[in-house]
Amino acid sequence: MVPLHYYLLVSALLFAIGVTGVLVRRNAIVIFMSIELMLNAANLSFVAFSRELQDLSGQLFVFFVMVVAAAEVTVGLAIIVTLHRNWKTIHVDAIRMLKG
Amino acid sequence: MDSAWLIPAFPFAGFLINGLWGRRLSKKRVGTVACGAMALAFLTALRLFWLLLQQAPDRRIWEPVYYTWIAVGEFSVRASFLLDPLSMVMVLVVTGVGLLIHIYSTGYMHDDPGYARYFAYLNLFACAMLLLVLAGNLLVLFVGWEGVGLCSYLLIGFWYEKRSASDAGKKAFIVNRIGDFGFLLAIFLTFWTFGTLQFSEIFQAAVQRFQPGDMVLTGITLLLFVGAVGKSAQLPLYVWLPDAMEGPTPVSALIHAATMVTAGVYMVARCSVLYALAPLSMGVVAAVGCATAVFAATIGLVQNDIKRVLAYSTVSQLGYMFLGCGVGAYVAGIFHLMTHAFFKALLFLGAGSVIHALGGEQDIRRMGGLRRWLPVTFWTFLAGSLAIAGIFPFAGFFSKDEILFETLMTGHGLLYTLALGGAALTAFYMFRLVFRTFFGESRMDPETAHHVHEAPGAMAVPLTILAVLSLVGGWVQVPILEDGKRFARFLSPVFESARGILAGTSEHGTHPSLWVEGALMGLSVMVALAGIGVAYRWYVADPQRPEKVAARFSRAYRWLLHKYYVDELYQAVVVEPLKRLAETVHEWVDRAVIDGAVDGAGALFRRAGAVLRRIQTGLVQHYALSVLAGVCLLILAALAV
Amino acid sequence: MENVFFPVLSAMVFTPLLGALLLVFVDRENRPLQRWVALVTMAVVFGFALIVYGGFDPARAGMQFEEWTPWIPALGISYHLGVDGISLLLVMLTAFLGPICVLACWRDIRDRVKEFLVCLLLLQTGMLGVFLALDLVLFYLFWEVMLIPMALLILVWGHPARRVYAAVKFFLYTMAGSVFMLVGILVLYFHQAKTTGTYSFDLTDFMALRLPFRLQLWLFAAFGVAFAIKVPMFPFHTWLPDAHTEAPTVGSVVLAAVLLKMGTYGFLRFNLPLFPEASVFFTPLMVALALAGIIYGAFMCLVQKDLKRLIAYSSVSHLGFVLLGLFTFTLQGLQGSLIQMINHGLSTGALFLLVGMLYERRHTRMIADFGGLSTPVPRLAVFFMIATLASIGLPGLNGFVGEFLILLGTFKVRPLWAALGATGVILAAWYMLWMVQRVFFGEVHKEENRSLLDLVPREVGLLVPLVACMVWIGVAPTGFLKKSEPAVDRVLARVQQVQQTAREKTQLKPECLVSWYPADRK
Repeated sequence: MVPLHYYLLVSALLFAIGVTGVLVRRNAIVIFMSIELMLNAANLSFVAFSRELQDLSGQLFVFFVMVVAAAEVTVGLAIIVTLHRNWKTIHVDAIRMLKG
Repeated sequence: MDSAWLIPAFPFAGFLINGLWGRRLSKKRVGTVACGAMALAFLTALRLFWLLLQQAPDRRIWEPVYYTWIAVGEFSVRASFLLDPLSMVMVLVVTGVGLLIHIYSTGYMHDDPGYARYFAYLNLFACAMLLLVLAGNLLVLFVGWEGVGLCSYLLIGFWYEKRSASDAGKKAFIVNRIGDFGFLLAIFLTFWTFGTLQFSEIFQAAVQRFQPGDMVLTGITLLLFVGAVGKSAQLPLYVWLPDAMEGPTPVSALIHAATMVTAGVYMVARCSVLYALAPLSMGVVAAVGCATAVFAATIGLVQNDIKRVLAYSTVSQLGYMFLGCGVGAYVAGIFHLMTHAFFKALLFLGAGSVIHALGGEQDIRRMGGLRRWLPVTFWTFLAGSLAIAGIFPFAGFFSKDEILFETLMTGHGLLYTLALGGAALTAFYMFRLVFRTFFGESRMDPETAHHVHEAPGAMAVPLTILAVLSLVGGWVQVPILEDGKRFARFLSPVFESARGILAGTSEHGTHPSLWVEGALMGLSVMVALAGIGVAYRWYVADPQRPEKVAARFSRAYRWLLHKYYVDELYQAVVVEPLKRLAETVHEWVDRAVIDGAVDGAGALFRRAGAVLRRIQTGLVQHYALSVLAGVCLLILAALAV
Repeated sequence: MENVFFPVLSAMVFTPLLGALLLVFVDRENRPLQRWVALVTMAVVFGFALIVYGGFDPARAGMQFEEWTPWIPALGISYHLGVDGISLLLVMLTAFLGPICVLACWRDIRDRVKEFLVCLLLLQTGMLGVFLALDLVLFYLFWEVMLIPMALLILVWGHPARRVYAAVKFFLYTMAGSVFMLVGILVLYFHQAKTTGTYSFDLTDFMALRLPFRLQLWLFAAFGVAFAIKVPMFPFHTWLPDAHTEAPTVGSVVLAAVLLKMGTYGFLRFNLPLFPEASVFFTPLMVALALAGIIYGAFMCLVQKDLKRLIAYSSVSHLGFVLLGLFTFTLQGLQGSLIQMINHGLSTGALFLLVGMLYERRHTRMIADFGGLSTPVPRLAVFFMIATLASIGLPGLNGFVGEFLILLGTFKVRPLWAALGATGVILAAWYMLWMVQRVFFGEVHKEENRSLLDLVPREVGLLVPLVACMVWIGVAPTGFLKKSEPAVDRVLARVQQVQQTAREKTQLKPECLVSWYPADRK
């Protein structure tokens, strides 16, 4: 049986990749995918702990996360589509409306 | 007596009719309404006069109360009148002379586009003036007081297109307001001293509660006198009256000669009890009056505008009235007020007739020889001049001489001398006016000379009536004669208590022998004749003479011609510094400091925001990075704990 | 409930709101209907006000037509309305000006008419609510609600040049003041809870409190700042000229006539009776600022080049009189202040209306652009003259009654104060008549002015009631004064009761003003 810390290591790795992706990539869709990566890293931890502790609530949370992620994707992609329609780009550096 | 309210109500109705619908009425109707209102007021006044005479002398006082005007707590003021011989005299003068001037105006203003407006104002003035003289308490008097001030403002600035006219109106109102400032404070002090503003109650309480020389009463009377100084154009607030000549001439006659400007004298006489209890104030009144009488007379010597000469002479004559009141000769003061109303109205109307005939010319240097063209005006003007100069048996002789006599008798030798000198000056400048205007060669330009015409009937009739009054008006108060002083007898109930107080405090009542009185009269007439004689020599016999004199005393002449530079002084010392101060304060305090602080507070936050907003780059990744950094910090903090 | 069987005060407060709601459903293009709806609503409100005025019992000092319902009982907040002699006249003034304001903007406002009228109606609700609310949360609510439509009036329909600046300044400045009041209200609330155990925001409950002196000082300052800004008292006045100049005519009218009164009303309703000892303590400061306002405002008028700015500064001067009267603690002074609030509303309201009419014709407010207007527009000149005379306190018109009573009361306390205040009367004559001279007298020197249109019947119709009221109050003010006397007397009694003790406590030394807190703690 694979010990818990293997899962956690993979999860941390995935999360770090996700964070890096969010921080360094400029394409909104890629940033989006990176966020998904982070969410799934968290999911992996949940599932791992759930089995380790023999508690189903961890797996329950995964479903929540997946639902939220799905909703997020829907809204987020819609925003990206609209952005593209308006600016002809989804390059986040180009979209700086929030600059103070 | 219940119909007393009708007296001011008639002119007020006239004001409403002419003010609201005047522009749609024909000129004839407008004139009829205005004169009719005054005539009705005059008739009502006559009826009341008749009723008053029916009463026994000590019961000739009515106080109709109409309603409670302002009532707050212990303060309560009723709209009430006071009808006694004093107010009766004033009402008769105001309505009588007012009526004549209204009639005169129908002729004088006939071609003016603002005909209806003029009569509306004039009626409103009559209403306010009647309110003033009929008032039963200080506050109603103040209403009339301000009301006449307003009408004076409106009528001086009647030809509002003229800058000088609207300036003069404004000046009159503001200078009067300075006087009213004193008046208002006097009202407050009176109320908190006596707990009432009703004349009868004040006077009664004053006699009972106060000793002569009391500080409070001195304060009240001096403050009241500040008001009188403003309204009656005494030193140092006289400056508005000469400028007030910008108004139509009948207005000058009615407001700035016969009635409104005498309101101050009336008020002092009305409060005679209070003044009698405040010897210091009496002294101030007498001194200011005498100083003004002489001061204004000297300016009158050299002025070239026919109306301005008369204006300064009005200031001077008002000084005589105050002198009379100040030495305790209230009857003499009021007597002079009445005769002055006759002859000064006459002189102004005569001057108006001259100006009318000459198509608006007011400068006596461009007149001369007019007696050929304007006989009625000339003879009536002459009557007025003789009256003001104090030549027997014209009205002015009796009244002015009584003031002089009383001044000497109460031991004011210096004031007497000055006033006598003033009388000589008066005679001189009045006859200078007469000679320059009506005698000698014509100095008119041919164009004007061509159009010269005698006054129409509407103007000539009032002139004649007033001329007759200027002659006989003084005969109600003849000294020396047994039973001669009918006017004094009529007024005596009003001034009884004041006389009583004065008799107790000074050597009043020492009556000199008749021949001393006669000799003093002779002296006055001599002095007046001397003044006339000098004027004759200078302006008729030897016309070059005045210029030579002027050249010899050129500095003094310039000072007089520029009215001692008082206007310039006020402008430079009061008006301009205040304006400049206001500008500086506006710029440096209001804009810079106060508003600067407000805007500064706003700017402070804006600056702070400007610095802080740099954090907001708009780059999503920057936000994400700061979130990450924050999380790391939190974790570190958690680990550290 | 005084012969009236329905909650007439609530009806009065919420009728404008209902009217505003109704307006929302009127077709955007149908402007006449919008105007008529607003006018009828305002008229109905005025009708309610007349009912209240008619049913008001002048002999009673307390609240009348009271309505009380729990609102948020958990916090002790209730819906409590009532009218007494102090608020009655102000409510009447507000309701009376409502229809006049709608009529005044009949032609003036051409774009976004509907929104404008909605704002006006909401404003009316807010103003009436402020005067009638007896629960402090309710009061605060109305107080703030009123700000929004007023700021919008300036922001949207104001003068394009500086309207944003003016609106923001107005909004933030008054808001900043009210925040202090909110804190004050909460402090009062918790103090009450701590000492008596009752949780209530009701004014009548607060009235029963005897607050410790030091707390009174703080609370007086907190409430006082809010009210002083609204008045506006001397150093807090600079928002007023800007707001007035940039606001549309009707905005200026409402601002001058009603909004400014809320400050002085607040002093009379809250500061004096709730914090009597502090009121006595602060009297020298308040009087000094009031006198400064009178004279300073008058001086500022002398240099203004803009008609509206001039009248705005004259308001500073006039409201200085009102404040002076309040802090004399004499019946004459207080009554004079109350009637002067009404007077100022009428005369300054009329002046702003007239300036608005001039602006509508000439599209300028600069004094230098006018001159000689008596010739082309005589009727306007006559009305302007009357309003001016009322404003400079000519006896026989309303302004005199107020100024006279205030100065009379002041004289009783300190003659010197009265003398200083009376100089304001002289200066008022100077700046107002000078303004009139520059606008209406002289020759017409601008071609555009020659062909100006004189007042149309609608304009005459809306000025005549104002003038009638000026004359009415000037000639027979007793009827109005009698209605408010018991209520004012009661406020006064509260102050006078403590006047002696407060004097002793503080001895009113000038150094107390600087260092009162440490001294008090010792």
